[in-house]
Amino acid sequence: MTNIANPTMISDSQPHLQEPALKMEGVSIFYGSTPAIREVYLDIPAHQITAFIGPSGCGKSTVLRCFNRTNDLIPGAKVTGNVFFRGVNLYSKKVDPVEVRRRIGMVFQKPNPFPKSIYENIAFGARINGYQGDMDQLVENSLRRAAIWDEVKDKLKDSGLSLSGGQQQRLCIARAIAIQPEVILMDEPCSALDPISTLRIEELMQELKEQYTIVIVTHNMQQASRVSDKTAFFNAEATEQGGKLGFLVEYDDTVNIFTNPKQDFTRDYVSGRFG
Amino acid sequence: MNSHSSLARSQNAELWQPKRNLSKWSEQAVKYIFATFALISVATTLGIVFTLIFETFEFFQEVSIFRFLTETQWTPLFTNAKFGIWVLVSATLMTSFIAVFVALPVGLLAAICLSEYASPGLRRWLKPILEILAGVPSVVYGYFALLFVTPILQSFIPGLKTFNALSAGLVMGISILPLVASLSEDAIYAVPQSLRQGSYALGTTKRETITGVVLPAALSGIVASFVLSVSRAVGETMIVTVAAGANPTLTLDPRVPVQTMTAFIVQVSLGDAPATSLAFKTIFAVGMMLFLMTFILNVFSFWFVRRFQEKYE
Repeated sequence: MTNIANPTMISDSQPHLQEPALKMEGVSIFYGSTPAIREVYLDIPAHQITAFIGPSGCGKSTVLRCFNRTNDLIPGAKVTGNVFFRGVNLYSKKVDPVEVRRRIGMVFQKPNPFPKSIYENIAFGARINGYQGDMDQLVENSLRRAAIWDEVKDKLKDSGLSLSGGQQQRLCIARAIAIQPEVILMDEPCSALDPISTLRIEELMQELKEQYTIVIVTHNMQQASRVSDKTAFFNAEATEQGGKLGFLVEYDDTVNIFTNPKQDFTRDYVSGRFG
Repeated sequence: MNSHSSLARSQNAELWQPKRNLSKWSEQAVKYIFATFALISVATTLGIVFTLIFETFEFFQEVSIFRFLTETQWTPLFTNAKFGIWVLVSATLMTSFIAVFVALPVGLLAAICLSEYASPGLRRWLKPILEILAGVPSVVYGYFALLFVTPILQSFIPGLKTFNALSAGLVMGISILPLVASLSEDAIYAVPQSLRQGSYALGTTKRETITGVVLPAALSGIVASFVLSVSRAVGETMIVTVAAGANPTLTLDPRVPVQTMTAFIVQVSLGDAPATSLAFKTIFAVGMMLFLMTFILNVFSFWFVRRFQEKYE
């Protein structure tokens, strides 16, 4: 009742009424002439965690890579439809993919720190992007925000590769946030990590969503239900050419996807009946 | 029956009768055969080194090491023989330096082009052409330098002699270029794709990714290719023998004829110096010097690779 009495409360308590951070309109993806993803319509809310789930090979990572145009780096990949970031069509001719990736960061499935010092891993992206501020401060802040500062503060000159897998992944998250993006895309960020490291990353994501919009691809349904606010379920169907064509089955608040999905297919998947 | 083994199958044992004794014997035999072949290469290397050391020792019985290192002329075949090795070393270093000056930048740029920029179609053409360059016999390069490159250079470099270090060095650079390009390309290719993706995801351009991430990550392999090509240049024989002359001079002027260490060895070998003569022993002293130079380079390369190599999973 208070919502009706106080109209300003409505937008606060119902963030999905806000302008979405990212928006997909009829996005299809092709490799050569083979379609890989069929017409995805999707709104990603700002400052929330959106999870993409679905069986292997359904193309959820491919969809994720549309948001920072890393599909452009794969020869033969083609994207049709529109992807909007704050109202700007990312696939418009006027948009430079390099600038897109500066605003929309990414963390990969396997930790991939550069073979440089821990300090340089963070400073590299900032320097390339012409950061004029205090570099030491930026490195420290990024490492602190990625919850790894205490573990590495005494060995910033050591190679990033000397860290454990979980630490490397947090270093990669620190590297991504050092260039101050607005969105962080995470492509199965915990699949190469043990449960303890996974837990740390999940806690970290909860802290990061205050400042960033997060989209995460995960194979782990418990992880999706634990960390995300919204969940998109993808699936794939076999095509006549023998390939797989991915599509979005259902997209809703995570609670609804896991407790009260609208599609039987989603229910079967999240209840573990197949996949 | 394998009744002695507690691991013997209890069911259908007669259907499973491996030839354990035979396979044990052949395992041993194979091991010794391979060990023999491995030993042949080790023994050859040791044999070469011992011959060098022995003959070099003989040489220094007759010529003091002081004269070897301080004299400024190299005339071992004259009556008034002088043995200033630096005359030959300087010529070798000069031609090698010119060669490396050509091969390293061009080879590295070719490697970057092949691995990062070339489309698969272009790569399919470029790589075999580069490999053909590596297959050209060095004597052909030698006459290419003498009869083609030198006349062209003479048209705009005053005072360039028919035999000179410059054109020999330049052509030697072309001849070792495929080595640099191919080894550097392997090193660049070995950098995991995930690192490039990680770099692009930070909003870097292709050039920034190559210079900022890919090349530093491939550094150990690139340096190893550089060092290997330098040792190749130091040891290169035919090109310098044909195109650089046979005139031992202590100079750093690339326009005049010189004689490199390898060219001297060829000169004496082709002559009729008896096996016990001092001239004959001189070959081994020069050969020892050559061996030491390439050995030091290889040790450096080995150390550098071990020190800077990145281990990826």
